[in-house]
Amino acid sequence: MSESINIASVTGIDVRMRIAGPGARSYAFIIDWHIRLLIALAWFLLGIILYGMGSASFEIQGLHSSWFFMVLLPALAIYTFYHPVLEILMAGRTPGKRMAGVRIVTLEGHVPGIGALIVRNLLRFVDSLPMFYALGLLCTMVTSQSVRVGDLAAGTVLIYDRPAGDTVKNLTEASLNRIGLQQNDLVRDLVSRWDELRPEVRRDLGEKLLMQLGVDIRGVKSDEVLFARLNLLLK
Amino acid sequence: MSAPDSAQTSRWIETRMPVWQQLASRIKTLESDRTTDPEVIRETLRLYPELARDIAIARRVAPEGQLVRMLEGTYACVHQLVYQPPRNLTESLRRLVHHDLPVILYAMRWRLLSVTLLFVLSTLAGWMLVMAWPQTAGLFASPEMMDGVEAGELWTDHILHSTPSSVISAGIFTNNVSVAFLSIGIGVLFGLGTIYIIGLNGVMLGAVFALTAQHDLAGRLFNFVIAHGVVELSAIVLCGTSGLVLGESLARPGMKTRRQAFRDAAGDAARIGLVCGVFLIGAGIIEGYISPNPAFPLALRTLVGIGYGLLLFWVLAGTPSRQEIREGRWFSRFCQSAAD
Repeated sequence: MSESINIASVTGIDVRMRIAGPGARSYAFIIDWHIRLLIALAWFLLGIILYGMGSASFEIQGLHSSWFFMVLLPALAIYTFYHPVLEILMAGRTPGKRMAGVRIVTLEGHVPGIGALIVRNLLRFVDSLPMFYALGLLCTMVTSQSVRVGDLAAGTVLIYDRPAGDTVKNLTEASLNRIGLQQNDLVRDLVSRWDELRPEVRRDLGEKLLMQLGVDIRGVKSDEVLFARLNLLLK
Repeated sequence: MSAPDSAQTSRWIETRMPVWQQLASRIKTLESDRTTDPEVIRETLRLYPELARDIAIARRVAPEGQLVRMLEGTYACVHQLVYQPPRNLTESLRRLVHHDLPVILYAMRWRLLSVTLLFVLSTLAGWMLVMAWPQTAGLFASPEMMDGVEAGELWTDHILHSTPSSVISAGIFTNNVSVAFLSIGIGVLFGLGTIYIIGLNGVMLGAVFALTAQHDLAGRLFNFVIAHGVVELSAIVLCGTSGLVLGESLARPGMKTRRQAFRDAAGDAARIGLVCGVFLIGAGIIEGYISPNPAFPLALRTLVGIGYGLLLFWVLAGTPSRQEIREGRWFSRFCQSAAD
């Protein structure tokens, strides 16, 4: 399974984009699904209340066209067109994708065109077969670029969206002089994953790393002190 | 060549950091504002190869490090800004209508004929089935519909009394567009899904007409259907053909790779689906406002139906001009587009 797509450039340095796997895709989708469902529901319920239909039972007495056009149709449109509209307007991103740190690009690394995004969304329901996006998920697990049927058809791929200049601010000259770039990377990785790791694992890793860097760890009893020492190396 | 030591690396990063930060802020400006000062664009272009050099250095110092990832992220953004193909919606639409649609239609002409035949044969099959065994009509019509037909009334007769035209239109075009897109998308099952949908729609149409014919109501049903039916059925058949082509691209991709063939077929299917979707919205409006309204005579309904159908095929044929049609040149352009 490819981890990245490499695009040749005139400078001789390939543009490397890391491909988002099924996990990141699912995470983005779940966020988006909640957002579109909540907005559609909010519109629908607000409409019902405004139309005076928010009684104990949501029974609609007589179908009025204004009710249909002002309440039901917009709610359905929000739910149905959330992905294609936002992907077009946000250049291959949606709020969920943004939160998951991913975005859609073409295989050449460009922002996909309207046609490609429509194709991608047209085949969304094929990916959702037989239920809960099972086919799409399976497809992302077995294809080399972790793509679903819609992506295959549209020639798109989901990549990790790394904003320009993302980590520049965290590199300090003092830290680099003290421990070097590679060690700085290791410490930064450990610090950023500190809360996700089990206490015994992070302690073990932290101690090993500090010892390797020649930091005296005698007397360091608690996790907090260990974490503070690691952070100090980045200052 | 020896690797640089930590002090050298630190100095290098410290020197380059302002450049990277400046570039990052320029990228943000360029991404959000398309009317940026040309000087900013020139400066960004100047820094592009510099950034490539920085990546080469960073990859040597810490091959998979965060600095490399950060620089690669910035580099990808600049690359995208520099090489993003220009976008022109008007030109894309013009090309779609004048070039792409005729090319696609010409390429799929035999499949279109096959799907049309399938639809016609299914309709005949549905007709004959209900004519031979009237009790099978229950497979296609609800008990209420059958009761109404037996009492000499069509289910469409009083539709305007219970539901406003706008609601009927919206409901109908939503349903039709869904069916059309379904018949395209389900083509990924090697075309079998599309064949099923086209066959089922044909059988249902034939069966319903047979049911009404048995009670002398077929004329009234035709009266109801003619205004919107020409485009509606054409669009379903066109989308079904696109679905079939999609399935065929997977089953026998020919000289292309399966992936490339699928991608090309999906692109064509989306174009056809888009045009059909727009026309189906119009058909839904006709079905909501004209079809159920007894004030419109059959002649007018027929005119609307055939006129709207011709409009669909005029668009699909590449919107030929009157002179092109008169001189018979549109067909040669149609074939020429396909040959290009």
